[in-house]
Amino acid sequence: MTPPSTRARERRVQDEPRQDPGQGAEERRRGWLSGVNDVIDRHVKSVFATPAVAFVVLMMIFPIAYTLYLSLHDWYGSTTSPPTFVGVDNYVRIFSNDPRFWDALGRTLLFTGLAVSIQTVLGVAIAVLLHRQFAGRGLVRSLMLLPMIATPVAVALVWRLLFQPELGLLNDMLMAVGLSPSAWVADSSIALFCLVLVDVWEWTSLITLVTLSGLVALPTEPMEAAVVDGASAWQRFWLITLPMVRPVIVIAVVFRLIEALKTFDPIIVITQGGPGFATETLNIYIYNTAFQYQQLGYASALLLVFFAIVFTLAAVTLSFRRGKASS
Amino acid sequence: MMTETQQQARRAYRRRALVRTAGFYLLLAFVLAPFMFVFLYMVATSFKSPLDINSGSFTLWFTPTLDNYRDVLLGTDFLAFTVNSLVVAGCSTLIALVIGLPAAFAIARYKMPRLGAVILSSRITPGIAFLIPWFIIFSQVGWIDTYQALILSHLLVNLPLVTYLMVSFFEDFPEELLDSAAVDGASAVGTFVKVVLPVTRGGIASAAILGFVFSWNNFLFSVVIAGRDTRTLPVAVFEFMSYGSINWGAICAAATVMTLPVIVLALLVQRHIVEGLAGGSLKG
Repeated sequence: MTPPSTRARERRVQDEPRQDPGQGAEERRRGWLSGVNDVIDRHVKSVFATPAVAFVVLMMIFPIAYTLYLSLHDWYGSTTSPPTFVGVDNYVRIFSNDPRFWDALGRTLLFTGLAVSIQTVLGVAIAVLLHRQFAGRGLVRSLMLLPMIATPVAVALVWRLLFQPELGLLNDMLMAVGLSPSAWVADSSIALFCLVLVDVWEWTSLITLVTLSGLVALPTEPMEAAVVDGASAWQRFWLITLPMVRPVIVIAVVFRLIEALKTFDPIIVITQGGPGFATETLNIYIYNTAFQYQQLGYASALLLVFFAIVFTLAAVTLSFRRGKASS
Repeated sequence: MMTETQQQARRAYRRRALVRTAGFYLLLAFVLAPFMFVFLYMVATSFKSPLDINSGSFTLWFTPTLDNYRDVLLGTDFLAFTVNSLVVAGCSTLIALVIGLPAAFAIARYKMPRLGAVILSSRITPGIAFLIPWFIIFSQVGWIDTYQALILSHLLVNLPLVTYLMVSFFEDFPEELLDSAAVDGASAVGTFVKVVLPVTRGGIASAAILGFVFSWNNFLFSVVIAGRDTRTLPVAVFEFMSYGSINWGAICAAATVMTLPVIVLALLVQRHIVEGLAGGSLKG
């Protein structure tokens, strides 16, 4: 088979001489409208892409440039007193004089690391369990989708009720097995772990379904050879299956890492960053700084630091993946 | 002819297979239960009277009541919130299709990977990065608490989703159809509208449904930009909590009503959901 790009080039080479002589006559015959059409055709790339480019510039690049500008200013969102230029003061404050930022950063990394590790292990394990023929396979796959697609606010509200010390089901379950009830999200020493639990509940299925699609696409020969060679099921999993699906799993994990850093809905709904600041991640801290305290300049500086952290982490994990793939 | 021992061996094998199957389904139920009980709990609580909810121990044996649904649907502006959600999700999805379909075609056919990367990068960027500047701009032009501001902000969710879902559909588009349209003298735009779009309508429907679902579910943009008149469902239901004592039955009823359409829609396009959730790098 010829690759599509080569085919396209061949076609262009064949087509061009045939079209050129007739084009002038045809243009005269079809008149004005076809002239417009030809202009569109000649610039078809830009005609198709311009609306999206305009959107990207207007809605994405411009706001980020504006954030950069604001981050060098002090501003409390008032129309009467405009932003005052303070240079890099906001950044100096972040790195030298804002323990709340460092605490939030630590919590964000702890939350993300824990949630994504647990999701990955559980998700892959469940995928291996589901990777077989059985009656009800389609139904199980559909059910696994539910935690991810249900409205996050709705799900978070239900979790908030589950965590209620007096009314919630979780304490009923603890007491049913003879344990003492817990304060759950009201206890600042475990609140963050409760939110990890919610994130694991919500997103384990993503790792499962991605891994499952990787498993389905695997060639069967290496596995058959291993069976012939007498490898145990455990050996087959660690030495054959896992290395082969690893690229797919890594993509899903990177994606989850980026998303988990930005977790917002469940935290705002269940704890609002409390008790105290026990569950205030960077995203929540920035949200509060901007929309509760109206410190828009400082929030912008925090935002750009957060942005840099997310992008660095994404780039590092992706380059790590590329390094692995080439070795 | 089967000997006695062969028959016995076969029966033993069958019995073992049966035990294994039963064990598998038991394990499956054990794995699925934690994922499902949250929904069961939500629906069960939505049918409970305050007395049953406050009784202190959870039971599935209670006299169901529709009071919570009546309180939510008739006692609040639930219909107005639903209309807000429908308008915002519907309009932003429509605009996302109008802008995103040609862009996806350009990325897939005219090889514009940089445009694709930029559009996708909005998935990596924290949403709040767009929100602070947009909040300021919308405040200054008096657009806070308007549909147009909400629709624009939801486009940041919708457009990347529609674009990268459609890129893979357009990449798979049969070359021959484009060739024959070109031979017939159709313009590029004409070909796109009359040939490409009708052939990929299944993909477009999936992208539209997913875009709608993501917009319907969005909370971060709505909670900042919506006001009294344009509150979408997630914002409104979240705010039910701040009215003095929390009526959990009503909240669970609202959560159920809000989630149900999403689940129905999403199950229609479940093949594309994983791809939609996990960025353009994967096919589910």
